[in-house]
Amino acid sequence: MSVTRETEVIAKMKQKQIADLISRGRRLDGRSFIDYREIKIETGVIEKAEGSASVSLGNTKILAGVKIEIGEPFPDTPDEGVLTVNAELVPLASATFELGPPDENAIELARVVDRGLRESKAIDLKKLCINPGKKVFVTFVDIYVLDHDGNLVDASAIAALASLINAKMPSYEIKAGEIELKPEYTQLPLQNYSFTVTMAKIGDKLVVDPSIEEEQVMDAQITVTTDQNGNICAMQKSGLEVFSIGNVLDAVEMALEKAKQIRTILGV
Amino acid sequence: MTIIAEKRQLVTPGDLLAEGNYLTGESTFKEGDKIYATRIGLVDTDGRSVSVVALKGGYIPSVGDLVIGKVIDVSLSGWVVDINAPYAAILHASDAIERPFNPQRDVLTSIYDIGDMILAKVAAYDRTRNPVLTTHGPGLGKITRGRIMEIVAAKIPRLIGKRGSMINMLKRETGCHLTIGQNGLILISGRSPEDEDLAVLAIRKIEEEAHTSGLTDRICSMIREESQKRGVSNVSS
Amino acid sequence: MSQVKPERLINEQGLRIDGRRPDQIRPTKLEVGLLKNATGSAYIEQGKNRILVAVYGPREIHPRHLALPDRATIRCRYHMAPFSTEVRKSPAPTRRELELSKVIRESLEPVVFTEYYPRTTIDVFIEVLQSDGGTRCAGITAASLALADAGIPMRDLVVACASGKVDGQIVLDLCDLEDKFGEADLPVAMIPRSEEITLIQMDGSFTPEEFKQAFKLAIDGCKQIYVMQKEVLRKKYIAVKEVAEEETVEAGEKEGQ
Repeated sequence: MSVTRETEVIAKMKQKQIADLISRGRRLDGRSFIDYREIKIETGVIEKAEGSASVSLGNTKILAGVKIEIGEPFPDTPDEGVLTVNAELVPLASATFELGPPDENAIELARVVDRGLRESKAIDLKKLCINPGKKVFVTFVDIYVLDHDGNLVDASAIAALASLINAKMPSYEIKAGEIELKPEYTQLPLQNYSFTVTMAKIGDKLVVDPSIEEEQVMDAQITVTTDQNGNICAMQKSGLEVFSIGNVLDAVEMALEKAKQIRTILGV
Repeated sequence: MTIIAEKRQLVTPGDLLAEGNYLTGESTFKEGDKIYATRIGLVDTDGRSVSVVALKGGYIPSVGDLVIGKVIDVSLSGWVVDINAPYAAILHASDAIERPFNPQRDVLTSIYDIGDMILAKVAAYDRTRNPVLTTHGPGLGKITRGRIMEIVAAKIPRLIGKRGSMINMLKRETGCHLTIGQNGLILISGRSPEDEDLAVLAIRKIEEEAHTSGLTDRICSMIREESQKRGVSNVSS
Repeated sequence: MSQVKPERLINEQGLRIDGRRPDQIRPTKLEVGLLKNATGSAYIEQGKNRILVAVYGPREIHPRHLALPDRATIRCRYHMAPFSTEVRKSPAPTRRELELSKVIRESLEPVVFTEYYPRTTIDVFIEVLQSDGGTRCAGITAASLALADAGIPMRDLVVACASGKVDGQIVLDLCDLEDKFGEADLPVAMIPRSEEITLIQMDGSFTPEEFKQAFKLAIDGCKQIYVMQKEVLRKKYIAVKEVAEEETVEAGEKEGQ
């Protein structure tokens, strides 16, 4: 069951200030409507994980870790490996995150990031099959939010993709029906990349990469994920208010444009 | 009897400050006849008492403090106000309404609504109940214009300076009206957003370097340089 | 991908599997004030351990009935990230994490002046991002720094270190392999100034003599780490102080010309 949440009270003065600035083409931190905050990526930060990436987007900090294990395939896709994305909004990241199993926000975050990776077929899951119907590689991507300063979606998506690019999986051989892991490592079979861009609607304008203050006053937000071929592979509207048809079309255009920047930063 | 730490020395929790018949000041505690620091900060002493001016730490209300707060709830008898303290503050309806309060006729939200910012004074506070505010007094009440920024409450004294030296310099150099809440919130009201931007920049720098010396002069020079760079016309230049 | 017991944990030269001497602590790096939202925060790297701690509060506690009338409650959560171990750990809290959350809280509570903040809570969140043995000790060391960074008034810092027995020898600061395949593990937390012990746990087997030796070694380890804690708190402010004083000198020189 999903219930409307109590949110932190925002000072009316601040709401008005942000709305005024936006109507004059400016944002609270001086960015233009289409600017991302500074993005920093560091990979391989957790050696025990098969892959990892630490991303900061402004003051938002995300840590993503990839663990690769051997398990069973899903019954309806016996010749495909498994990809699972999980997100934790741990209480250390924000006074607003409560203790407990992932709530609807954490689950939505994980599923939106997952959708981008899955629908773009970023990982060639068939190449993760070891023994059809019996054994496949299971790839866990765990997204850990460490500091929430707005736009967890984009930061998490960048961290997830960077950690998958960074990930190493063991090479193996099948000997007498058993898997023998070889000492060499190889990269995950990546064949596409997904780029996730989130925009918030404030007044009737769209702003890319909302900061936390913008998220607190926005009408709603929309996330558009595109792939390396310029195809749209996932979308998500989130929030209480509405988007016009024009807003949606503008958002798609903006996302395609900003995807180029993310692509450059990821180096792909 | 000795004071072991030097004035303005940086200390951390558990550091020994003095031994002997001294009085304990802020952010210190006594064990036997030894006085220790409870927080990170700079040592201060007047010969009779030893205290630590904390560099980190939230706001603890004190009766008489001027505070800037955000109304977060309205009940039948008054308002609940967030003043950035460990406890939410209460403003009674009877305080804001001159004549006797009539719940049938008086609509509290028309006086202060959720999301309004108010300038108030702490009228009562002890640890057994939440702090009580009052908006009786000149200039107190709803804030309608200007910009509000927040710094670590522990650094407010540095922002004011000795006998107001820092705050007066800021007002003079930026041409802004500044109202300082003891709880770390500051109301900036300038003639233009650019003047206000300068004030925000200066206050941030003061917060970062609160524990250094020669700060007032450095900030003054910085403001003058920035005004020139930004082409902002200034009262004093 | 699971661990195999090494043939020897201490070699002929008396060195451990990572090259350390028996009484050596792993290379340690500490940092404070690195998170924007938390009231206070700290980060520790000790060998391969990577632990992040955030402190929030004192803040009012909800639901109200959990509030203590005369002092603050401390809520402590020790939690490991799924990718922190060789084999992925499910994000759900385990019994071990619940036990550690309790003993860690009890190791910190004695130094905090909780009586200054009745009816509030001080929250300590310890997230183990990578685990390699001795995480509860490293977590306590970092948590103490995070509390200081948050300006929570304390009698002193708390510092922790573990000792143990490996291949019959008493050693300091066990890594994961030593913990798993050694003969005893003894984590200790203490208040450095008064040498009061706020946490002590043990599992394995010690003769009374060995225990005394190991206990003393753990306390020595704590004292070494305490020096590092003080150092990182001071460094954060001294660096800015030095730059500021340089600027003052330069400005003074300019004016003089």
